[in-house]
Amino acid sequence: MYEPAASQALSAHNLAIWRGERCLCRDLSFQLSAGEALQVQGENGAGKTTLIRVLTGLGRADEGEVRWRGEPLRRSGAEYRACLAYLGHSNGVKLGLSPRENLAAFCALLALPDSGAVDDVKGVLGRVGLSAQADIPCGMLSMGQRRRAALARLLLARVRLWFLDEPLASLDVSGVALLTEMLKAHLAGGGLAVFASHQLLDLGPFPVKAVALGLAA
Amino acid sequence: MRVTALIERDLRLAYRRRGELVTPVIFFVIVTTLFPLALSPEPALLRSLAPGVIWVAALLAGLIGQDSLFKSDYEDGSLELMLLSPIPLEWMVLLRVFTHWLVTGLPLVILSSLMALLLNYPTNAMGVLVMSLLLGTPVLSFLGAVGAGLTVGLRRGGMLLPILVLPLSVPVLIFGAAAAGRAALGDPAAAPLYFLGAMLMLALTLAPFAIAGGLRVSLES
Repeated sequence: MYEPAASQALSAHNLAIWRGERCLCRDLSFQLSAGEALQVQGENGAGKTTLIRVLTGLGRADEGEVRWRGEPLRRSGAEYRACLAYLGHSNGVKLGLSPRENLAAFCALLALPDSGAVDDVKGVLGRVGLSAQADIPCGMLSMGQRRRAALARLLLARVRLWFLDEPLASLDVSGVALLTEMLKAHLAGGGLAVFASHQLLDLGPFPVKAVALGLAA
Repeated sequence: MRVTALIERDLRLAYRRRGELVTPVIFFVIVTTLFPLALSPEPALLRSLAPGVIWVAALLAGLIGQDSLFKSDYEDGSLELMLLSPIPLEWMVLLRVFTHWLVTGLPLVILSSLMALLLNYPTNAMGVLVMSLLLGTPVLSFLGAVGAGLTVGLRRGGMLLPILVLPLSVPVLIFGAAAAGRAALGDPAAAPLYFLGAMLMLALTLAPFAIAGGLRVSLES
């Protein structure tokens, strides 16, 4: 699925993140290699979302740096963004558009080549169980179905790095199973995943590292 | 990369919310008709007022809906995806402003000739009026987008936006109304039109960076 590369690693070096007067984390370091997952743990308000945003480059750390393939994010820019997929609190799904239209627009955002994109979208929609709803505006779908449309984005992107912020939110039992299976396939293919969740995900043979927030304060 | 796919998406979304797009147009018509009612229906007076009235009405009508330029993207998380896309944000922002102008600015430009006739504006000067709006309204769209980018994260951003944007719009208004006014008197109007063209070029090249910068700052927290 991916080109083989030895140094596919995401690492954080002495990260410190402040939210106003409050310190969310201090001296946070970790290294994540291909096929590994990182679970960000912490109570509500501990700063899980903020940390994930810093790792994607959306937010900025007050001290320390994040490196991808040994290169600090500041310098890799668009190259780094081409390697990552992000699933945030909000789904990033346009309610006025159907899942199919949403994913087609997303293909354009990813700068994916045009050829095969239509088949890809179809296959991916089938995989997340939205084949029957492919042409219904997302505003008329349930929260769980919208979340599935957002998950479809991850499959479409075919990138190495996944950042998932509370990926289980509003998913039903089969949705959780789908996500677990997606994560396993992703890790098996040499991908990396960072996710924030209160629940423990059973990823079978794949190592799940953990970072706990909220202890520094 | 298919640029057209992004434009297509925005146009499709605009079409599905077409009710909202009519609002600025109706506002434009109402404002221009209010002036003769309030001042005097005397043709000579209206004729001299027409360029200013049309331009002020177009400026105000353009502000409607300007704060929603990035609002829904901010709320549904699409803006984060745009920031995380390998495509430069400046480029996507440029496309967005263009489609926004296409669905809100262009109808005003087309309608303005009709409203100008209503105000007894001379028909032989109509070309200059339309040209001044064609050059000027995109600049207003860009200025509005800078404000919209900066205020997208604020809850009451919609109130702040006109205060931020209107003072910046003054040069466009001056040269736009001057061009239309001169043409009505039969004077050459090339100079103000050139100024408008220069402003459009400036906006086209600089505003996307300002808009993208504003969006990045808005999303950083």
